[in-house]
Amino acid sequence: MESRRVTKTLEDQGMVERQVREIYDFFYSIPPNSQSVVLELQRDKHFDYLTRGLRKLGPSFSVLDANRPWISYWTLHSLALLGESIDAKLENDAIDFLTRCQDKDGGYGGGPGQMPHLATTYAAVNSLITLGSPKALSSINREKLYTFLLRMKDTSGGFRMHDGGEVDVRACYTAISVANILNIVDDELIHGVGNYILSCQTYEGGIAGEPGAEAHGGYTFCGLAAMILINEVNRLDLPRLIDWVVFRQGVEGGFQGRTNKLVDGCYSFWQGAVAFLIQRLNLVVHEQLGLSNDLGTESADDSSESELSDEEEHLEGTSSHVEETCPLGQEGQENASDTTKKADIGYEFINRPIAMRPLFDSMYLQQYVLLCSQIDGGFRDKPGKGRDHYHTCYCLSGLSIAQYSWTNEADDPPLHRDVFGPYSRNLLEQIHPLFNVELDRYYEARKFFSGL
Amino acid sequence: MDSGKEKRTRIPFKERPDWADVKPVPQDDGPCPVVPIAYTEDFSETLDYFRAIYIADERSPRALQLTAEAIQLNPGNYTVWQFRRVVLESLGVDLHEELKFVDRIAGENTKNYQIWHHRRWLAEKLGADAVTTELEFTKKIFSEDAKNYHAWSHRQWVLQALGGWEDELAYCQQLLGDDIYNNSAWNQRYFVVTRSPLLGGLAAMRELEVNYTVQAIRASPENESPWRYLRGLYKNDTQSLVEDSQVASVLLDVLTSKNSHVHALSLLLDLLCHGFEPSQELKSAVDVLTPQSCSPDLALTKRVCSILEHADPMRVKYWNWRKSTVPVQSAQCQNTDRLANLSM
Ligand SMILES: [Zn+2]
Repeated sequence: MESRRVTKTLEDQGMVERQVREIYDFFYSIPPNSQSVVLELQRDKHFDYLTRGLRKLGPSFSVLDANRPWISYWTLHSLALLGESIDAKLENDAIDFLTRCQDKDGGYGGGPGQMPHLATTYAAVNSLITLGSPKALSSINREKLYTFLLRMKDTSGGFRMHDGGEVDVRACYTAISVANILNIVDDELIHGVGNYILSCQTYEGGIAGEPGAEAHGGYTFCGLAAMILINEVNRLDLPRLIDWVVFRQGVEGGFQGRTNKLVDGCYSFWQGAVAFLIQRLNLVVHEQLGLSNDLGTESADDSSESELSDEEEHLEGTSSHVEETCPLGQEGQENASDTTKKADIGYEFINRPIAMRPLFDSMYLQQYVLLCSQIDGGFRDKPGKGRDHYHTCYCLSGLSIAQYSWTNEADDPPLHRDVFGPYSRNLLEQIHPLFNVELDRYYEARKFFSGL
Repeated sequence: MDSGKEKRTRIPFKERPDWADVKPVPQDDGPCPVVPIAYTEDFSETLDYFRAIYIADERSPRALQLTAEAIQLNPGNYTVWQFRRVVLESLGVDLHEELKFVDRIAGENTKNYQIWHHRRWLAEKLGADAVTTELEFTKKIFSEDAKNYHAWSHRQWVLQALGGWEDELAYCQQLLGDDIYNNSAWNQRYFVVTRSPLLGGLAAMRELEVNYTVQAIRASPENESPWRYLRGLYKNDTQSLVEDSQVASVLLDVLTSKNSHVHALSLLLDLLCHGFEPSQELKSAVDVLTPQSCSPDLALTKRVCSILEHADPMRVKYWNWRKSTVPVQSAQCQNTDRLANLSM
């Protein structure tokens, strides 16, 4: 009975549930046509909020003065998801500004004159890819960026955020993500990364920021995406990871970041994308479950399964072969063709058919984002909190993930029934889930950087 | 924001005689920057002077003082922090004083990466001296925010790098006594049990830990944390989990109670997939919970999935998928153990 005592966790959770219930009770009490209005994506208001921030931020943003490429990315990516383009003047100004953040020895800092940092490098590169013009893409000094990435490598196998900075899974992801999307990845860069990330998968199934720490949505996305990008995802315990992530969706419909923590709109992306990435990993998951490929296809969509190409099977086969012959590391196992594949794994991955249905409740997630996180211009963590650019970016990214989670192939539009609220008004652009950039922009960048 | 007000008496650098020789370097934002911040005058001026000494690599007492002012204005500026470390090393400053400085900044910024990284750097320099201060400092943070991610990472680093394991299990016990739902405290408990050099490792601790965990489960079966912890105690050794009579007995108790059954059913499903032979009582308990729509001929594992589909509609798609992967899932046993072993 002592256990029934209302602890801090239960008290906080109860408060959030009451606030969310109030919102949902109201929503269910109104007639369908009013519901439809309440569910609308407030495009114009979001557009205003975002474009205003691009041109002017108040003094309170001084605490984000070392994160300006992040503010650019959160804003530009949000606009791209809304299907908005920005005018040529603004685009030029953005390229000019980001170029001033680029260090002469490679990488991008949090503002002009600041040290290069992996996280702001990721944000700057993704911003420029989102801008998308040849001018934007060619403003990135890839040779220097590569030497910066190598300089950030730590003896643990992970990456350091900046000279003298911290080593964690976030650093691994941001380094691997930019190296992949800019086509500058090689074995030296990847060496040991898989071991480091593997050491961060916890007994709960999710991935922590550092070995020993608690499983966490942000780091689980970073770790899983990085493992996919270096073609070592089969080394993670995926059944346990799946079990952990599906339990992070709470009674509110949104995701929490960790076990017994509160729901937060930004995890719509971090956790939602983990669930979404899993849908393209069915071959590895089935292998880990001891299911043969034939049996594995039984549960999934027939139409998509029959289209599995030889190339994919070969790829999976290659990785399991590596696993068997060299269990503790990948060194010396790759030949030239593996390296080529690694560089383009982002493309191969997005073009795999989605062979597994979503294992999370995609409609309920959309409901949380639209009714609890959306406010008049921008998105927030939860009711009672204020909006910001970070939550706007990741609520929209998560909403996009949820809308496209039932499609069978990249580039397929979602069905009406899979989009919550008025379809044409609410449907967002699609993202590449490994990099979180809008999909068409990703294709453009890939073409540009692979010289196709 | 408050620090801006308390600085009303601040004398601008340009009026300070000891800074007269320095030419400030304005930020190179360009003619029409995006995401421009309307800095206060104090902010701009401080950073202009910072750029000047940073570019000149001036490692002086006044440079140290300047970094303190810049950090107060924006504790997220990693360049300033990094330069401060360079200056501290060059000047050979007493690092206990530095710790006090970080304490003052940390108060309002407990979720800032830079402060914790700086603290780790300091503790590393101070060595064994820092154990008590760092363990006490993180405790103070946890008294207000018991799940602070950075603080837990810091504490784990201190324990591993500098020691201080003696009271850690008792501390976890205390935090879980305050809030049995605190998953960070469960995670720390796992960290201690598996990594403390004083306890003999997971194998030596398992029985005691299973007792504790099973008790926690009986007290609040809807609490996910101990269920995951219980599985963790048998990581790499699923066979022992399957054979543990305490586990079977807590499953039976929970499934025959009026509590939430989701976590118990989920564990039962995992056990069944690994060759668990349920007792007649446990089978009957599952029978009672089986929805009428469900064919009684259905294999037990599949029936458990069906119950879960009803009991946990949020995850109906997951339980449905589990059902579809059940038939050959006994092979998972060897496979996941193999994977787990690889990660050691
Ligand atoms: Zn958030």
